[in-house]
Amino acid sequence: MTDQTPVLELRAITKRFGPVVANDRVDFDLQAGEVHALLGENGAGKSTLMSVLYGLYSPTSGEILVDGEPVRIGSPGDAIAHGIGMVHQHFMFIPVMTVTENIVLGSEPVKRGSGAALGVLDRRASRRRVQELSDRYGLAVDPDARIEDVSVGMQQRVEILRALYRNARILVLDEPTAVLTAQEITELMAVLERLKADGTAIVFISHKLGEVLEIADRITVLRRGRSMGTVPRAGATEQSLARMVVGRDVIFRVHKDAAQPGRTILSVEDLHVRDDRDLEAVRGASLTVRAGEIVALAGVDGNGQSELVQAITGIREPTAGRIAVDGTEIAGRGVRAATAAGIAHIAEDRHRVGLVLPFTLAENLALRRYRQPPLSRHGWLNLKAIRELAVRLVEAFDVRGGGPDSPASALSGGNQQKLCVAREIDSDPKLLVAHQPTRGLDVGAIEFVHSSLIEQRDAGKAVLLVSLESEEVSALADRVLVIYGGRIVAEFPPDVSDEELGIAMTGGAAAAA
Amino acid sequence: MKSSALKRAGRSAVIPLITVLTAFVLAGLVMLVTGNDPLSSYGAIFDGTGLNWLFPWVSGHNRTIAAQDLQQTLVAAAPLVLTGLSVAFAFRVGLFNIGAQGQYTVASVIAVWVGTVFTSMDPVIHIVLAIFLGALVGAGWAALAGWLKAAFGAHEVISTIMLNWIAIWVASYLFQEGGPLQGTQALGNPVSNTIAGNLHLPVIWGNPELQGLDVGVFLALIVAVLYWAIIRRSTLGYEVRAVGHNPTAATASGMNVARSYIVTMAICGAFAGLAAGIDVFGWEFQVSSTTISTSQVGFLGIAVALLGRNTAIGTVAAALLFGALETGTAAINLNPSSINPELAPQLTLIIEGLVVLLVSTDLIALRLLGLPRKLGWGKPQAATARGDALAVDDPARDPAEALRPEPGL
Repeated sequence: MTDQTPVLELRAITKRFGPVVANDRVDFDLQAGEVHALLGENGAGKSTLMSVLYGLYSPTSGEILVDGEPVRIGSPGDAIAHGIGMVHQHFMFIPVMTVTENIVLGSEPVKRGSGAALGVLDRRASRRRVQELSDRYGLAVDPDARIEDVSVGMQQRVEILRALYRNARILVLDEPTAVLTAQEITELMAVLERLKADGTAIVFISHKLGEVLEIADRITVLRRGRSMGTVPRAGATEQSLARMVVGRDVIFRVHKDAAQPGRTILSVEDLHVRDDRDLEAVRGASLTVRAGEIVALAGVDGNGQSELVQAITGIREPTAGRIAVDGTEIAGRGVRAATAAGIAHIAEDRHRVGLVLPFTLAENLALRRYRQPPLSRHGWLNLKAIRELAVRLVEAFDVRGGGPDSPASALSGGNQQKLCVAREIDSDPKLLVAHQPTRGLDVGAIEFVHSSLIEQRDAGKAVLLVSLESEEVSALADRVLVIYGGRIVAEFPPDVSDEELGIAMTGGAAAAA
Repeated sequence: MKSSALKRAGRSAVIPLITVLTAFVLAGLVMLVTGNDPLSSYGAIFDGTGLNWLFPWVSGHNRTIAAQDLQQTLVAAAPLVLTGLSVAFAFRVGLFNIGAQGQYTVASVIAVWVGTVFTSMDPVIHIVLAIFLGALVGAGWAALAGWLKAAFGAHEVISTIMLNWIAIWVASYLFQEGGPLQGTQALGNPVSNTIAGNLHLPVIWGNPELQGLDVGVFLALIVAVLYWAIIRRSTLGYEVRAVGHNPTAATASGMNVARSYIVTMAICGAFAGLAAGIDVFGWEFQVSSTTISTSQVGFLGIAVALLGRNTAIGTVAAALLFGALETGTAAINLNPSSINPELAPQLTLIIEGLVVLLVSTDLIALRLLGLPRKLGWGKPQAATARGDALAVDDPARDPAEALRPEPGL
């Protein structure tokens, strides 16, 4: 295989943005029928490199070869012409159009005969071609459904189909599993195997070690814009890759002593909450969290976790039931009452809920306390105090990529999450609600978040962790609660096996509980 | 830090300046193809604005005329500052206030009514009360749109437009022949009573008989400073900006988004109402059905806010520009030998229209020209250098950001 001319070769690609070097002489090659993973932390330069390949940025220096021939890729159109297809992390669709329409958009088949001159679309031909590709690679889609109505997993399959429809021989997948459920990830892996067998060359961008080891034939690691080398999958381990990614040994399991639970801090009784569609999402959930323990709420996404967290943090009004924090009743009293009672909340979605991205770091860090002295008095902000708070927290939590006056949007995902964690922990809460606190983060940042949560526990706080990842649950929890269908259906000790947990999470333990 | 803030302000001014320049050039082309001389026409308009008063070599009779024109320009600009701030403040919370005209209208009705009754009151208290009540009713009128948005999700563009028409038609009815507020001396004319001479706002420059510059302009500037202070220095402004950028995160932080919409709109309405107050007590002294249906002050506020990028300084500058245009192209101020008098008022509309059009598209145009990077416009460097710079949900890529406020003044 190594003797063949690679279908794609990037030679010494350098991309500078002003003084910042995003890619520094990166080499990368790709053979037909292989999956080559590009691994690295957030901000390591993976997406920049692929944007150069896809013609979105022009490289400062270096060259791109397709089938051994140097090519110039000045736009995505050039990239497509060279058989390069891109599946973006954030999908690019027209939501009201159908699956088929979105796939053919830009290269629509036109009816022959008199229709040709008028440019009449041949919908039947489009639909047939889409169906054909879909069957061939097991990419199950509903060609006539509107994009806005289909699941995220199907949207991703549509993105892949769109690339294949344009005869892509080189497929770039940018963090494809970030948005998928475990089931959908399994399906994606099967699709990739089939594409590989058909000779498609695949670039698989990820910061998750496990899935890279599962799917990739070779792995190239980027760190701070530089290639740390390419290794074959055989012989690579999570430890060895993590060392390449972070540049030091990573502790996968943060050390933690036995919990010293104290009095009950959070007590939820028979809580009922409706979701945005007015359906009952939480149906009589009861749970307690004590001081000095981490209680993990495990469950498959969409079983009422979000609504439960929103009710506890005061964002959503429950229809019935009680929520008390250290004896103070807060159900339905709003966010300020919850905050005053001692709840801090690391939100599930830092972009949409946790941060105001155009705000500066200082403004974001003030979000919880801007109404209290010294940050403000009589309705007037004390900018100096706000800035001092920011300087202190940015330093203490090692937030990198910007100072107190930079916009939060300028930070990488990991540093944005540090910002959220810093703000919430600094509010000195009694209860810390951490909802998927490591979603989309790289190993280094995960380590930081995990240690922070354990520190909080050891400082005598109650911690409620809501997580979809069983590894996270087993690494952090002192008790594991399983939520299914809006109810707490089972409780386990932290050393519960994945199987047992999996069964409970899919409703198997409902009868037993 | 100070110099970087200045630099930022300077950069923010570049695009509006290019916008205005482009509008002038395009309008100049219109003059060319219609057989007029752009240079001499613009020269005449410039002299018509009174800005030539600033040149020390303009003297004698010309200087007297220039002074009068400049007073007119400032009188016209003052209410535009206020309606501009009214629209700008709503933009900050993420709302589009098309209703400044209606808020201005209800306030002028109240102001003129209060100003023509209670005649035994102390004049100073009387003026203050009338302007204050006008602003208050303007605030209530606008808050109605905020409340409709907060309570029922009614889009503020629709509701403010409808409130505009309600205000305009009711006000026209009030002053029409036989209407309840038609002036007692005004038989046959759809005009209100006239405000007594001792209730006029004091004129600080020029001849009171010739509509000199009244203190209304100071009120407008004070409100501009207040606007800046609220936005940048108060918890209210902080909430308004947070809600404007991200209502979800604002809610999760304990802010009451519905309340923000209502309070913000009320403040917008108060600003527009103050504009009516200084017009009524500064130079109009009466309100007629005709002026109510032809007034554009509130609508021009939209263009002013857009061009001023919702900043206090920008809004003041844009209001000056629009005020100068209105005055400079008023046929009475022009020398017919250097400009076709029929062209002048049309030219105002053309330039105003072009500015609105270009402001809406300025980012696109500059991207096409490849200017953004050189100007340091667009995303901050650090963000561009970040690996995931392509995220499409990045607000910096949102075209609506073009309409959103700039940081700083």
